[in-house]
Amino acid sequence: MPIDWIMGLLGGLLIGAAGAVFLLVNGRVMGASGIIGGLVDRSGLGNWPEKAALIAGLIIVPAIMTLAMGIKPTYLTDNLLVVAIAGIFVGVGTRIANGCTSGHGVCGISRLSLRGIVATVFYIGAGGLTVMLFKHVLGII
Amino acid sequence: MRNIMAFIVGGLFGAGLLISGMTNTLKVQGWLDIFGDWDPTLAFVMGGAILPMAVAWRFVEGRKPVLRDHFDAAPDPKVGRKLVVGSVLFGIGWGLAGLCPGPALASLSFGGFGGIVFLIAMLSGMLWAPKLRTALD
Repeated sequence: MPIDWIMGLLGGLLIGAAGAVFLLVNGRVMGASGIIGGLVDRSGLGNWPEKAALIAGLIIVPAIMTLAMGIKPTYLTDNLLVVAIAGIFVGVGTRIANGCTSGHGVCGISRLSLRGIVATVFYIGAGGLTVMLFKHVLGII
Repeated sequence: MRNIMAFIVGGLFGAGLLISGMTNTLKVQGWLDIFGDWDPTLAFVMGGAILPMAVAWRFVEGRKPVLRDHFDAAPDPKVGRKLVVGSVLFGIGWGLAGLCPGPALASLSFGGFGGIVFLIAMLSGMLWAPKLRTALD
């Protein structure tokens, strides 16, 4: 088995463990877009210190890890127009759908939620078609 | 105490995203590149993450969280237009850049200028979303 797959599985277990702790200890669903978006549009300010603390951990721990082990490049495209459009689509889409890869994908599918499964099918489908079009047909990304 | 736990949860989440390679946009786009050089890593990440969560959901019924008196209410189970339209828009952005909200934050410290541009654009999109959500109702 390629090392990337094993690291994927190990990292995935950590992500799932994080979600399990947040559910069983804090009683909340670990959805990144809901946590960030609830602060941005002020719909989820009720427990803002909890959300801010989670976001702080999410930024600071990888920062310390990359300082200790070396930077892992993100290989994000240099085309800032593509980056900006992609960011707007991700922000709008995840908030309209009320979830992203962590909320619908990890937390939704694991409870066999129909919404989670449908959302995941559509965002992976749309993502697959986007990569096909913009990489193989248009050659932009 | 809940805030300290939330910080630890965020840290575990970020460590998992980094270790699994999900802050590498090429690995995410490789997973979506079904017609090119397909990279199945994301399936291992998803599978690994779903396992502990599936166990955790089994402990919810009839119990209370350790540090709170109730769990979040289950969302409205309706599969509607907003879920589908939103997920398609998200998928387009995810495919274009290879970043979703969690990794966008986890890679903020080492993602360079482009990563900051993505984050600002994503936050702007989140700010506009309520208006579009109303339009879809």
